[in-house]
Amino acid sequence: MAHPLAPAAVEFRGVTKAFNGVPAVDQLSLRIRPGEFFSLLGPSGCGKTTTLRLLAGLEAPDAGEVVIDGRVVNALRPYERRLSMVFQNYALFPHLTVERNVAFGLEERGLSRQAIRPRVEEALGLVRLEPATFARRLPAQLSGGQRQRVALARALVLEPGILLLDEPLGAIDLQLRKAMQLELRALNRRLGITFVYVTHDQEEALTMSDRIAVMDQARVAQVGTPAEVYENPRTAFVARFIGESNLLEGRAERGDTGGWVMRTPEGDGIALPSHDALRAGQPVRLAIRPEWLDLFTPGTVPAGENALPATVCEVIYLGETLHVLAELPSGATIRVALRNEGQLGKPLPWTPGQAVMVGWLPEDCQVLEAP
Amino acid sequence: MTPARRRGRLRRIVNGALRRPGPLLVPAGGWLLLFFALPLAIMAAYSVMPRGTYGGVDPGFTLEHYARFFDPLYLSMLQRTTVTALVCTAICLLLGYPVAYAIARAGPRKNLLLLLVVLPFWSSFLVRTFAMIFLLRDSGFINGLLLRLGLIDAPLTLLYTPFAVMVGLVYTFLPFMILPVYASLERLDPSLLEAGAVLGARPAARFRRIVLPLSMPGVVAGCLLVFVPALGSFIPSDLLGGAKHMLIGNLVQNQFTAARNWPFGSAASFVVMLAVLLGVLLYLRQRDRMPGGTV
Repeated sequence: MAHPLAPAAVEFRGVTKAFNGVPAVDQLSLRIRPGEFFSLLGPSGCGKTTTLRLLAGLEAPDAGEVVIDGRVVNALRPYERRLSMVFQNYALFPHLTVERNVAFGLEERGLSRQAIRPRVEEALGLVRLEPATFARRLPAQLSGGQRQRVALARALVLEPGILLLDEPLGAIDLQLRKAMQLELRALNRRLGITFVYVTHDQEEALTMSDRIAVMDQARVAQVGTPAEVYENPRTAFVARFIGESNLLEGRAERGDTGGWVMRTPEGDGIALPSHDALRAGQPVRLAIRPEWLDLFTPGTVPAGENALPATVCEVIYLGETLHVLAELPSGATIRVALRNEGQLGKPLPWTPGQAVMVGWLPEDCQVLEAP
Repeated sequence: MTPARRRGRLRRIVNGALRRPGPLLVPAGGWLLLFFALPLAIMAAYSVMPRGTYGGVDPGFTLEHYARFFDPLYLSMLQRTTVTALVCTAICLLLGYPVAYAIARAGPRKNLLLLLVVLPFWSSFLVRTFAMIFLLRDSGFINGLLLRLGLIDAPLTLLYTPFAVMVGLVYTFLPFMILPVYASLERLDPSLLEAGAVLGARPAARFRRIVLPLSMPGVVAGCLLVFVPALGSFIPSDLLGGAKHMLIGNLVQNQFTAARNWPFGSAASFVVMLAVLLGVLLYLRQRDRMPGGTV
């Protein structure tokens, strides 16, 4: 394997971990940069939590190497890895006060009481919990959001190089979750700690991450910035898991102007963005985001745009956008997202049963890798 | 009444009980009143009445039975009983805690192991104590084994010693320690230990700072469940200790049977009960200070 010069905070080298013969993480290779907000995103059972636990040292890999700051840490115990972790259910010690929970790690490091106190207060301040109010409370006397902050303070007080977060916002309500997302992002920027964040919520991953590893069935499907994985999904899984996507299938052929065209089973030709790795006749899968599609009355599609005939099935009002579901001649449903410009003043002209053209620019669709 | 109407009525009763569960206490409450509180009241009355000539009691009021209990003979017996029960509790804790911990972490074999813990309850307590005699007597299994191995030349005197009583008591009460400790350990969230590990706590520190405090309610409950009945037990001391090692339980039993001195037996058992009550109060105070919840 190549070793690029850029230093990695964390590196997985061909890491495999199976439980009862079923691989949870399979041949995983990944590099996480220092200070990065890195998310592991995927559905439940995809191996993202196991990946995090392998990094924390709570699981031992069957094969491969886990590397932190250039050092193979396979044999190191969790507390020898200079990292902290926020657990999914917070895992606060129920018999200890907020103060003692936060102090726990410092006490284990043998710090004196005088040295611990200011650091605990600083950590509580960092997560915006007033020490005077909260220090003496037990976890049972806190709300979900407050517990989450205590767990965060308990992890941050150790000044770790890497902070692992296992779906920390899963159990708190939407309003607070949105606020915490931004707060975590700000903490990452401010403290310069590498964040490794596990989530199944694609919106959360897009909001917070510098880069995202999308995981599917124990493997990494794609690693990239939010824009890369959203706008340039490499597989059908990524296209469908992150945001919504319309998938079209056909075979590649050379177009009149030399570019590649996908021929659908119904005989429609779809111009493809320039793509090197195609062969004539090979099956092609295409992903198109609903918001990159537009609707036209037949005969009014601008030149240069791809267009497929369809029949409007349903118009769904979502507030910010309107989704039009239209049926293609193949029987497949295509979803078109249109900006809501005020249905009361200027309603959309589309009604169910109407014949329309679905149009988009060739560069706005994405050729997917063979699954 | 049609079946449908009967069902409707049953449902009304069940619904009513769910809304106001108070009446549900009536059957058991009545039972306890009749067969627990009433005998207790009779015993309380007997303990302050003069002894009848042929057993039973004569009318009147006296504190002589309580006064008699403060004879050094009985006080030392009470002291010996208390120490015996405390030592038994301590041994049960030392033996039982690791077992409870192992079972709580045993995964799928958990239920089988729990079954093994309660298996002794399937046979008569008396039979098991007699079996202990066969194990401990001079020609018993343990001496036979030690003799055959050449570790001893003459049989050790095991039976009818305080040691034999302790063996019997621990054997009897060990499950009562294991089960509540297991219950508290089983509820322990494993992620707390992982959090401890990530925060720098080595295994011994994780046990001391996380497992032990969170299992304290179970430990306290187990100690109580062992200490209280050990204080009043008389079968192990009677069968395994002989007459030389009488505990308060034996005294009470004797007063009611052989000596036919019911008032003194009642007074003695009330003194023991007082000691037990003290233990329970201490436990409740302890539990209220425990944030881990109730047992």
